[in-house]
Amino acid sequence: MSAEVTTRTQASEGTRQPFGQRVRDWWNSRSRLEQWLMIIPVVVLVYLLPVMNFFPLSTEPWTDYELALFNAARLGLIALGLNVVLGQAGLLDLGYVGFFAVGAYVAAIMTSRDSFLTDPRYSWVVVVPVAIAITMVSGVVIGTPTLRLRGDYLAIVTLGFGEMVRLLADNLEPLRGNRGFQDVGGPPGTYANGSPIFTQGDGKPWYWLTVTFIIVILLLIGNLERSRVGRAWVAIREDEDVAEIMGVPTFRFKVWAFVIGAGIGGLSGVLYAGQVGFVNNQRFDVVTSILFVAAVVLGGSGNKLGVLLGALVISYLPDRFQLAPEYRFLIFGIALIVLMIFRPQGLLGARQRLLARGRQAYQRLVGKPEPVATESALIDSGKGTNA
Amino acid sequence: MSDPTPVEKGLAAEVQGMSESELAQHLEEVAEAVAPDREIQVDVGDTLLELDDVTLRFGGLVALDSVSFGIRRGEILGMIGPNGAGKTTCFNVMTGVYRPSSGEVRLEGRRLGRLKRYQITRRGIARTFQNIRLFEEMTALENVVVGTDARHKTSVVGALARLPRHWQEERAGVERAMALLEFVGIADRAADRAKNLPYGYQRRLEIARALATEPKLLCLDEPAAGFNPAEKDELMELIRRIRDDGYTVLLIEHDMRVVMGVTDRIVVLEFGKKIAEGTPAQVRDDPAVIAAYLGVPDDGAA
Ligand SMILES: Nc1ncnc2c1ncn2[C@@H]1O[C@H](COP(=O)(O)OP(=O)(O)OP(=O)(O)O)[C@@H](O)[C@H]1O
Ligand SMILES: [Mg+2]
Repeated sequence: MSAEVTTRTQASEGTRQPFGQRVRDWWNSRSRLEQWLMIIPVVVLVYLLPVMNFFPLSTEPWTDYELALFNAARLGLIALGLNVVLGQAGLLDLGYVGFFAVGAYVAAIMTSRDSFLTDPRYSWVVVVPVAIAITMVSGVVIGTPTLRLRGDYLAIVTLGFGEMVRLLADNLEPLRGNRGFQDVGGPPGTYANGSPIFTQGDGKPWYWLTVTFIIVILLLIGNLERSRVGRAWVAIREDEDVAEIMGVPTFRFKVWAFVIGAGIGGLSGVLYAGQVGFVNNQRFDVVTSILFVAAVVLGGSGNKLGVLLGALVISYLPDRFQLAPEYRFLIFGIALIVLMIFRPQGLLGARQRLLARGRQAYQRLVGKPEPVATESALIDSGKGTNA
Repeated sequence: MSDPTPVEKGLAAEVQGMSESELAQHLEEVAEAVAPDREIQVDVGDTLLELDDVTLRFGGLVALDSVSFGIRRGEILGMIGPNGAGKTTCFNVMTGVYRPSSGEVRLEGRRLGRLKRYQITRRGIARTFQNIRLFEEMTALENVVVGTDARHKTSVVGALARLPRHWQEERAGVERAMALLEFVGIADRAADRAKNLPYGYQRRLEIARALATEPKLLCLDEPAAGFNPAEKDELMELIRRIRDDGYTVLLIEHDMRVVMGVTDRIVVLEFGKKIAEGTPAQVRDDPAVIAAYLGVPDDGAA
């Protein structure tokens, strides 16, 4: 038995590496300094995107190009948050839109003149931490009872939570149902001539702000990934029972994943509410939740860059090619099915580094700075191909 | 340590070409890194883990029927019995996967009671699985580091802010994990994902991951399953070295040559009942045991 397995592994080593893997190997063999020197121009390019409003990038005249970019970035932020829950800890959360809604409503209540608060003119700088804190608390409230459930049950209960938030918005008088909240506030700041920087019509500052949040969150989540926390999440995703038996307090780390994901969802809700300037009960339905999941799964659940790519595909491409809204879901559906058949791991397969000092360790042990992470492994793993 | 066997010599590639004294020193260093905080167990022989009249029912099926036995510190205890006898179930009760319907399990005199599974692990019981259950998408090294995390305290805030304890635990965890991979002899594939490892490597990786939790008691569930005789010899050697490093080992194994060759005492289960307990020689000659194994004399005894 062992002999058979050994031969198969050797055989797979002999085959030519797929393109993605060769790119990754090349990247991994660069030094840290070289990697940063290459990342910086890419980041600069990302920041410059809004001023590159020309063919083939532009979405105009159909859709405002800068707003299209902002919407893609906002979905990217959401996907990053959902990826913590779904991609890293493996918890199928179908009610993620609920946290997005909580963030948007907190922003509305704290800044709109329609609010029931007596003086709802809080600075946006206060709104952001408060909204994140409140969504995180709602994450604990929802997570503590539901995270004892697994798999399908968890999916159904979270689906219910998403709907619950929407129904509360429909029916609770202070949340104003369909009438909603006007004049939701945005970040402070004015140009030299006194006009505000953040307006509903101008997507550029919103895009830059969101990209900045994305970068900060990428760094923070990277820190978590390469620590006991990230390892606990992946262990839970791989085999929850074994994780627990190996000493991982699984329940606590699942709640943490939920709460961190919730906080990021709340932040994107605040950004959304501020840019649109209006919040009512219309944009927080199940379909939106599924769209978030689609961005994560399409891009590559468990891969931070992958889910950003997924968000770009789901948000920007339809704007770019002027897809009518009623066809969008049809095409996403077909695209997802095709992807699941030919590339179940998503556009970029999951691969996270789980050790803060892994580079040095692997260098010492096997003379290479990074794990041998073969994407072909998904095909060679013996699942299905084991004759 | 002073007299390395050929098996030990073959363990890690880097060992080859060393002189005897160099090798001895190398192994000592490995052992030091594997269990740095382990105090030398002087009181060999006192009871480490005790099953007291444990009964476990699955509906109508009595999987464990008033089972009592103790495991002494520093010994290798074998557990044998025909298929379905309740051996794995016994592990599951000891590690908190199932709670006994009646009776209790005590580790160092303290009841495991209603402890959660991860708390039991931290108390000092670690196990491997009969059907290998690794974290497949993780590398071998990462798998073992997850084991070391059982003793770590960094939580979300510490990891986010990269506090000093995070770095210190990260360094210590990786060091220990690398030492353990060398100890079980699979360091050359440390960077491979667990699912891509050859079968024998996976079995040994499970042992390394369990050892990483710094257990007092290591429970091995059929670790030699699917091994050829040479691999079984290596495994027996490894189990002895684990014991020599101060761990207590509970070994479920069907292969009589392995069981007789490596254990100090043996407990025999049949249909959930303990039918015999004693030294390998006693158990081998026990009529009840011979009867349990289809009434034919046990060929492993020959
Ligand atoms: N979760 C469960 N639910 C119901 N019955 C179970 C469960 N787990 C084990 N059993 C039953 O308990 C009995 C003991 O099983 P166990 O796995 O402990 O046997 P074993 O001694 O490990 O056998 P083997 O040598 O085949 O591994 C078997 O009859 C099995 O079918
Ligand atoms: Mg068994």
